[in-house]
Amino acid sequence: MARVVVDVMLKPEILDPQGQAVQRALPRLGFAGIADVRQGKRFELELEGPVDDAVLARIREAAETFLANTVIEDFTVRVEEEGK
Amino acid sequence: MSLDTVKNAEQTPDAAQPWAELGLKKDEYARIREILDRRPTGAELAMYSVMWSEHCSYKSSKVHLKQFGEKKPDSDAMLVGIGENAGVVDVGQGYAVTFKVESHNHPSYIEPYQGAATGIGGIVRDILAMGARPVAVMDPLRFGAADHPDTRRVLPGIVAGIGGYGNCLGLPNIGGEVVFDSCYQGNPLVNALCVGVMKHEDIHLAQASGAGNKVILYGARTGGDGIGGVSVLASETFDATGPAKRPAVQVGDPFQEKLLIECTLEIFGEKLVKGIQDLGGAGLSCATSELASAGSGGMRIELDTVPLRDHTLSPEEILMSESQERMCAIVEPDKVARFLEICEKWDVIATVIGEVTDGERLEIFWHGELVVDVPPRTVAHEGPTYQRPYARPDWQDALQADAPTGERLARPTTGEGLKADLLKVASSPNQASKSWITDQYDRYVLGNTVLSVPEDSGMIRIDEETNLGVSVATDGNGRYTKLDPYTGAQLALAEAYRNVAAGGAKPLAVSDCLNFGSPEDPDVMWQFAEATRGLADACLVLGTPVTGGNVSLYNQTGETAIHPTPVVAVLGVIDDVTRRTPIGFAEEGQLLYLLGDTADELGGSAWSQVVHDHLGGLPPKVDLERERLLGDILIAASRDGMIDAAHDLSDGGLGQALVESCLKGGHGARIIVPEGQDPFVFLFSESAGRAIVAVPRSEELRFNDMCTARGLPATRIGVVDGDVLDVQGQFTVSLAELKDAHTGVIEALLA
Amino acid sequence: MTTRVGVVTFPGSLDDRDAQRAVRLAGAEPVALWHRDKDLHQVDAVVLPGGFSYGDYLRCGAISRFSPVMDTIIEQAKLGMPVLGICNGFQVLCESHLLPGALTRNDSLHFICRDQKLRIENAATAWTGDYSAGQEIVVPLKNGEGRFVADAHVLDALEAEGRVVARYLDVNPNGSYRDIAGITNAAGNVVGLMPHPEHAVEPLTGPTTEGLGFFTSVLKQLVNA
Repeated sequence: MARVVVDVMLKPEILDPQGQAVQRALPRLGFAGIADVRQGKRFELELEGPVDDAVLARIREAAETFLANTVIEDFTVRVEEEGK
Repeated sequence: MSLDTVKNAEQTPDAAQPWAELGLKKDEYARIREILDRRPTGAELAMYSVMWSEHCSYKSSKVHLKQFGEKKPDSDAMLVGIGENAGVVDVGQGYAVTFKVESHNHPSYIEPYQGAATGIGGIVRDILAMGARPVAVMDPLRFGAADHPDTRRVLPGIVAGIGGYGNCLGLPNIGGEVVFDSCYQGNPLVNALCVGVMKHEDIHLAQASGAGNKVILYGARTGGDGIGGVSVLASETFDATGPAKRPAVQVGDPFQEKLLIECTLEIFGEKLVKGIQDLGGAGLSCATSELASAGSGGMRIELDTVPLRDHTLSPEEILMSESQERMCAIVEPDKVARFLEICEKWDVIATVIGEVTDGERLEIFWHGELVVDVPPRTVAHEGPTYQRPYARPDWQDALQADAPTGERLARPTTGEGLKADLLKVASSPNQASKSWITDQYDRYVLGNTVLSVPEDSGMIRIDEETNLGVSVATDGNGRYTKLDPYTGAQLALAEAYRNVAAGGAKPLAVSDCLNFGSPEDPDVMWQFAEATRGLADACLVLGTPVTGGNVSLYNQTGETAIHPTPVVAVLGVIDDVTRRTPIGFAEEGQLLYLLGDTADELGGSAWSQVVHDHLGGLPPKVDLERERLLGDILIAASRDGMIDAAHDLSDGGLGQALVESCLKGGHGARIIVPEGQDPFVFLFSESAGRAIVAVPRSEELRFNDMCTARGLPATRIGVVDGDVLDVQGQFTVSLAELKDAHTGVIEALLA
Repeated sequence: MTTRVGVVTFPGSLDDRDAQRAVRLAGAEPVALWHRDKDLHQVDAVVLPGGFSYGDYLRCGAISRFSPVMDTIIEQAKLGMPVLGICNGFQVLCESHLLPGALTRNDSLHFICRDQKLRIENAATAWTGDYSAGQEIVVPLKNGEGRFVADAHVLDALEAEGRVVARYLDVNPNGSYRDIAGITNAAGNVVGLMPHPEHAVEPLTGPTTEGLGFFTSVLKQLVNA
């Protein structure tokens, strides 16, 4: 069994209201020195079988068409190592 | 890339400039050079191109729109007319109301959630900029076929976006429309309306005056959102296979907008502002040039002081950015400190970015270098005007000749047949209950919602002591307008007027959102010319001036335009909201009267669409004097307690109105088809100028006397009774069966 | 002396004026409290109103919970001051750990606005004394994240101690565990409620006037105290 992680983040040029609200709150709570915050989504996909290029290509397709809204979001796909 | 300053532009007159890519025509570029007596700088070119786009300059439509001014009825109620962010109407007791409907069609097709969300955000800022507290929103929506796969993508996103933004902003959503028709498949219409309330003395205008007064930009920081969006989106149709010209999508932050509203109202409350403008399409280009153009004197802006979210933005991009949730205010120097203090209280970033000058130019500097030096009027108010050619389409005659006569379209002849068609219409996506959609909107917040969907109009109490209130209804029927644009636009007004009156409010003023195809198509331009002429003529007769609105063109896929769809919003006032009239039949034994005349008018009807998938013939006739009389009767009957329910008759005719009023009130009705009336026509005709009312028995005599004295046909057609709809001699159908047909339709298709 | 009931405005609070109106209609004096101000201005009770404080960003109520006014409210609530959290206010109370559990996204994944039937399960709290146990009422409900969740042992304890204040009837609109619409702390002075009683206080604008009882209850409780 393998796990593939898809991280979805708003594109850098797109406004992230949630991240901004968190960033503004941090200094009030005493957490100084944080210049910017962006909030995203993490999907953990547990596979039934092993990872190969074909599987990864399908997952990229799923990420592109379904998990992320590529009009406003970017995504990265990575395989999480076994045993971690 | 080096900075293109005014000095540089003077020294390099022949440098090539991307005017065509920015959507300018050759002669428009030449005119800019003529105005400036040199080539424009990059920043100037950006400003002119976006401000001279169809969306901002109304260059194709304004020759027709001017009729709304020329044929304006005399109205004591108008306080601010066309040309400002929104019109303002006097509603008495020192209150003024501002309202406007606007489109956000193309962005909502590309990114349904954010497109619809920022549509709400934009119209709310327009209302706020007039000095008013926004108190309600409404959304007239048009989608492709309900069972089309893309509608499943577009509709849930748009509805979630409207709810996500409006609910978070704390504005009740009190009405609107949802219409499905395959003509909107690639071009959904997302119109958004906002109503705001203020005292007369709080009216603010978008103008910059008084040399030395400061220009303050406040709200969100500026990022790369929708750069060129207005120009590109409004100037070209988008095409999935064509070159990617899709701009960055704008993302809305309703929390920031809520802070902006509260902060701005507190600033208004302390009278700290001389002029104010919201930032919408064309961002700072639009706000600075419009403020300077409408005021006296010039303006000087230090563009590098604008707070940025993305520090790589060039001056051109900062001027074009459409980042949401921003406002621009003109403030006297001694009031700046207090202004900034209030912004700080609300966690709103505010920056002095310039000042009003005693010159005549809009001058914009970037790190000390002059990059824009223009006469502001030439940017904001003296854009190009086109006399687009138009001609009656050669298919119009054939369309009108294809009337839905009994010979062409089979009509039901038995009671069972009538019942089957009644249920078909009631369960069709256009006539079915929209509660799955509207239950995603907050209709309660602010605690002043008196009527909301599925009532005929949305009604808001504006004074808790006196019970003064206002109501708004929006209507538009693309099928009628396709058959006859002049009449279709008048029917849209007539229906909205009737809906407002049916609730008990007196119609006062109009805002319109004119959704059409490409103005470069003479057929479309003819539809536009006819519709505006029809609407202006009708507003004159009904005494309801157009106070403002919006035009959305290029709503088409390839060569195929949407049905011409003028959406008309009517605002009314009611002195005592406790006298409002709901649509539901709530009291057993009350008498049902049909007001108005019923003729065999089924062109463009819901029945012809649902049962025969047919569009042809002529729409129902309009009699505006009759509409006005009907309105007067409905208002008087409401005020004097003569009616307990009223429902206007429109799509689906009397049959559909009975279904809705019975289900809403939880009571059935016994109906008698009047002598000599064809039962099918009686139930399904969409003749205009009609309503059904429920009259308490004790009021029958008085109500009848009033109708007779005023010359309005009023026919007693039945009584509120039991738990079935019984059309005597024809069929009976239980409320349970009606409910089953009318509800659950939209969720079954889209959830 | 008139009873003073504070209504806190956080950035993004929406139903704060509505809560003030309900307090006024119940016969008390509403006092606007500001999130940055630690001072409660001698109020006798506090309402945390509905809305989307801080846009519901991060988690609903998570940022408001750290505002200065909440420090005082948490302190006073522990000393017995009546506190009612409605909708977003309920979320703030859970984030503050004055109440157990959490409010999560509706199971339908949609915001829902409807007239909701409830059963008052506990008529002995500071905010429900004017109802009778088992009484059924209809008030508006409007939320996107109103699904009450907690561990099984927390739920069992709430049930065993009679701390479920109100339960959804007919329809569970958001998937709340055990149909829970509102709960109280052990002392009965802090109540969190997802539906909006402040929108059922006038026949003109609400589906009923059955929400007024929450506001009249606290008045009686304070006068009798």
